[in-house]
Amino acid sequence: MVMAAMGTDRPMYDVAPTYDVAVVGAGPAGLAAAVGAAEAGLEVVLIDAGRLPGGQYWRHDEHSTPPAHHHGRLFARLRARLHYQRRLGRLHYLPGHQVWLIDRPRPDSGPFTLRLNGPYDTAPVERDRVRARSLVLCCGAYDRQLPLPGWELPGVMAAGGVQALLKGHRAVAGRRAVVAGTGPFLLPVATGLAQAGVRVLAVCEANPAHGWLRHLDGAVRAPAKSAEAVRYAALMARHRIPYRTRATVTEILGEDRVRGVRLDGGEVLEADLVALGWGFTPALELPLMVGAATRRDLDGSLVAVVDARQRTTVPDVLAAGETTGVGGAAPAVAEGRLAALSLAAAHGLPVDPRAVRRLRTAIRQGRAFAAALHRTYPVPDGWTDRLTERTVVCRCEEVTYGELCRARTDLGAEEPRTMKLLARPGMGWCQGRICGFAVAAVTASLTGRPATAEDLRPLSARPFAAPVTLGELAGMDESAELGESADDADEEP
Amino acid sequence: MSHAGSEERAGSSPYRLTFDGTAVTALPGQSVGAALVAAGIVAWRTTRREGRPRGLFCGIGVCFDCLITVDGHPGQRACLVPARDGMRLSAEGDRGGDGGDGD
Repeated sequence: MVMAAMGTDRPMYDVAPTYDVAVVGAGPAGLAAAVGAAEAGLEVVLIDAGRLPGGQYWRHDEHSTPPAHHHGRLFARLRARLHYQRRLGRLHYLPGHQVWLIDRPRPDSGPFTLRLNGPYDTAPVERDRVRARSLVLCCGAYDRQLPLPGWELPGVMAAGGVQALLKGHRAVAGRRAVVAGTGPFLLPVATGLAQAGVRVLAVCEANPAHGWLRHLDGAVRAPAKSAEAVRYAALMARHRIPYRTRATVTEILGEDRVRGVRLDGGEVLEADLVALGWGFTPALELPLMVGAATRRDLDGSLVAVVDARQRTTVPDVLAAGETTGVGGAAPAVAEGRLAALSLAAAHGLPVDPRAVRRLRTAIRQGRAFAAALHRTYPVPDGWTDRLTERTVVCRCEEVTYGELCRARTDLGAEEPRTMKLLARPGMGWCQGRICGFAVAAVTASLTGRPATAEDLRPLSARPFAAPVTLGELAGMDESAELGESADDADEEP
Repeated sequence: MSHAGSEERAGSSPYRLTFDGTAVTALPGQSVGAALVAAGIVAWRTTRREGRPRGLFCGIGVCFDCLITVDGHPGQRACLVPARDGMRLSAEGDRGGDGGDGD
């Protein structure tokens, strides 16, 4: 059904129209925002790098749907409404398109132009640009990583990547796994691996992690989350997966691929797959590109500042979901819906004030629950103590901890911007997406101070939000030429 | 290493790809990176500076560690390129094709 619906979008106009709103990202927040805005009567374009809607949280493949305990029914309803709005011609859905640049005639006014390309060279691209009068940025998040000795060995993966292989690609990356880091997300990764036949030797949770319920005040109820926790606990028991708290992997062992891990205390577990995750961090390149103000959230991540209507500090740019702070699917959907109502109100369309109040209550509760999780599963202090002279911090440019130390002591780098120029962390392919949090923390700790939002910003801003070819850059000036991107489409998705 | 849940997929036949001449199978919908790790191949890029092996890391298009050459196109993210029947994959060496020059 999904396949039949895909690829049926065709340009609705010969000359690109200016949409009322462009929603970037089709995860929980973006789906809710796009569907809500279209249902309110706005003309919407929904741009998503993924081939299927759902984002990372609702990742699935053509042969499956997200399970019921994972808000799967909510996803199914949103997806049905997405396709209904597409059929009505109110919503133009562009899967498999990534935004690499957003510009605007003047800083605070005029329609935005979003430059698009495909995630790989031969990807079919229907549009190479769209224009919209307002934006809802729902760019999601990815695993936060902390460098440790050996983490660059093949067989070591981000926990979210291991999960993506299972859920989106029906593949497992090893036979004996250790899942390590912090946070509740380690549990579905471990149980998912076990259900796929992998022997999970341990979940190493760095924090004490007893009773996140303690962190909830009386005003917050999270029955769905509690049921989810019980369910994972049962699965962990059924698959006999040891859940070790206050347990940290201090070193990953192996020559050309991972052979095992060493835990604090010295114990070695032999494994061919290590999944690492320290919570999540939002993808902030697009909010920073348009000039939106950012702040450091409770969990240490840089997030976009929004007001009670999901508006960023830039006129006509809204944000929802993890972009405004890592909080999971429930508040993300509520924020996406609120963003849609906010835009509808701005266009003079009728909006039910009770719906707005309900969404704000849901967002408040979801955010309070997320805050409790952030307090329960913080990035542990002192993680930089495990770094050695030869530990790779920036994977792309292969910059070691020793090189960062020397840039500090010999060359006087005291903040990440200088560190980047002198030692090149965050200057490679990923542009600091993976090492940015770590480089900010290392630079601050070498300078004897805590990391701030100022440390995070230079490692989160990128000239382009996705790789671009020279041809695409050259094409930016040829604004008269529209619709040439269809030449790249040599196969159906 | 294996294709998880392949028993549910009796209907569709696997794709046949090659990696540096070696046959690799992929299930429809799998990325080329998923097909490689399912075949037990965990590294296909060599880093420029230290000549170290790399493969999938973030798995969702963020880290660019999994760059691979697909049908002659260098620098593709293996985690994002859907496998197709007859695809020719080759390792990404340190010969200059994997630099950050494109960004």
